[in-house]
Amino acid sequence: MRFSGWRVLKEGLTGNKGWGPHWRDPEPKREYDVVIIGGGGHGLATAYYLAAEHGMTNIAVLEKGYLGGGNVGRNTTIVRANYYLPGNSEFYSHSLRLWESLEQELNYNAMMSQRGILNLYHNDGQRDAAVRRGNSIINQGDDAELLDREGVRRLAPYLNFDNNRFPIMGALLQRRAGTARHDAVAWGFARGADMRGVDLIQNCEVTGIDIEGGKVAGVQTARGPIRAKKVALAAAGRSGQVAAMAGLTLPIESHVLQAFVSEGVKPLIDQVITFAEGHLYISQSDKGGLVFGSYLDFYSSYAARGNLPMVEHTMETCVAMVPAVSKARLLRSWGGIMDMTPDGSPIIDHAPIEGLYLNCGWCYGGFKATPGSGNAYAHLIATDRPHGAATRFKLDRFRTGYGLMDEEGTGAQHNLH
Amino acid sequence: MRITCPLCGERDRREFNVKGAALDRPGEGADQDAWHSYVNLRQNPAGVLAELWYHEMGCGSWLTVTRNTVTHEVLKVELASETTLGGAA
Repeated sequence: MRFSGWRVLKEGLTGNKGWGPHWRDPEPKREYDVVIIGGGGHGLATAYYLAAEHGMTNIAVLEKGYLGGGNVGRNTTIVRANYYLPGNSEFYSHSLRLWESLEQELNYNAMMSQRGILNLYHNDGQRDAAVRRGNSIINQGDDAELLDREGVRRLAPYLNFDNNRFPIMGALLQRRAGTARHDAVAWGFARGADMRGVDLIQNCEVTGIDIEGGKVAGVQTARGPIRAKKVALAAAGRSGQVAAMAGLTLPIESHVLQAFVSEGVKPLIDQVITFAEGHLYISQSDKGGLVFGSYLDFYSSYAARGNLPMVEHTMETCVAMVPAVSKARLLRSWGGIMDMTPDGSPIIDHAPIEGLYLNCGWCYGGFKATPGSGNAYAHLIATDRPHGAATRFKLDRFRTGYGLMDEEGTGAQHNLH
Repeated sequence: MRITCPLCGERDRREFNVKGAALDRPGEGADQDAWHSYVNLRQNPAGVLAELWYHEMGCGSWLTVTRNTVTHEVLKVELASETTLGGAA
């Protein structure tokens, strides 16, 4: 089933009776070449790229709930490539280029909207950091522009420019950044993988990982044992539990990050905007809701909901930046479980067990990485060599201290990210 | 989430800073793997976890808080100085 304008028109005129399910609901086979644990954005993207770029189709994606029910459905939908450090910089650059061609490639409307991101700065030090980061982004081949106060005012006149503590001096703008419809990204990858023969198996929790003679042999699941030559983890906040089934302990703490959406209002915020105080980020969805969030709650949690102090902090910061939103009512809030590494950067690497692969530690930045992560992980699984854009996401960097990527410069320590 | 400090009583979560899992610190001369395990690796349980919390806006005590990471229920709060977890081996 291909989507097109003509098809939408035809279905609209004939009662929309011709649409079918976007993917099959297969029974698990007894054996696969690759089993991917986790049917979220990264797992589905990995399956898609394994099939589309590496010709591997004897693959199962095992999901304990429903496809896209984890963090890919619980984020603030921001897509950007404005990282500073080598390692992150080339990876997110690669990911953004994949985002730009994603809808054509998947024949799926992911509502990719390159509306730009404004990272505000409020003092000389932050301006210098923005210049430095902007130059790094340009050197990487991506776009960055430094705006002064008036430049920001032209794009976002409603901001509180004269906040006493955090007056807005300017912003770093990346025009190619933006937002994408998070669920559609998962669904698009799922459909693309399914069309190429990948089995997407839902309600199939993995309960054990079989290791025979030091090599991975398969998995135990709620729907019976499945043999596999290669097993690939893509379990985000639950990575620690899944890795423990193979006897591994990961450098990961799971934390809760909250997100919020207001009632729908008329078009107000055209870009994604971040406030350098309190880590606030905000954009407006196509339905009109203001979508925003800020820090982690900063304690270990699997609850997928947070506590009120961080709700209060986020609201205060939001109103400090955009006073007009104090009139808007909050519609919903939710939490996602973040797999936090000590340095705040991810891991795409071999596990120390043959045939087992790790993709985890995405911290609070996994959504924008979705196509890049799937693409690089598929390359690693298919060829056993790291993808050129993801050579530094090594597991052993924490053990050796070599190659840590502490983007915030706060120290590579668990409670600092 | 409210935490009952053994010295100050039940207080708002905002009075406290969390350090993270309460772990046994490797002793002098411990090897790199022991330090790697202490500094980086985490059991990261979905369930009961002992953590170090600091009562910054209260009495300034380090506390060992035993908490359920799935429900956020606080199960036990002790003065860290009276527990062995988190100390040097």
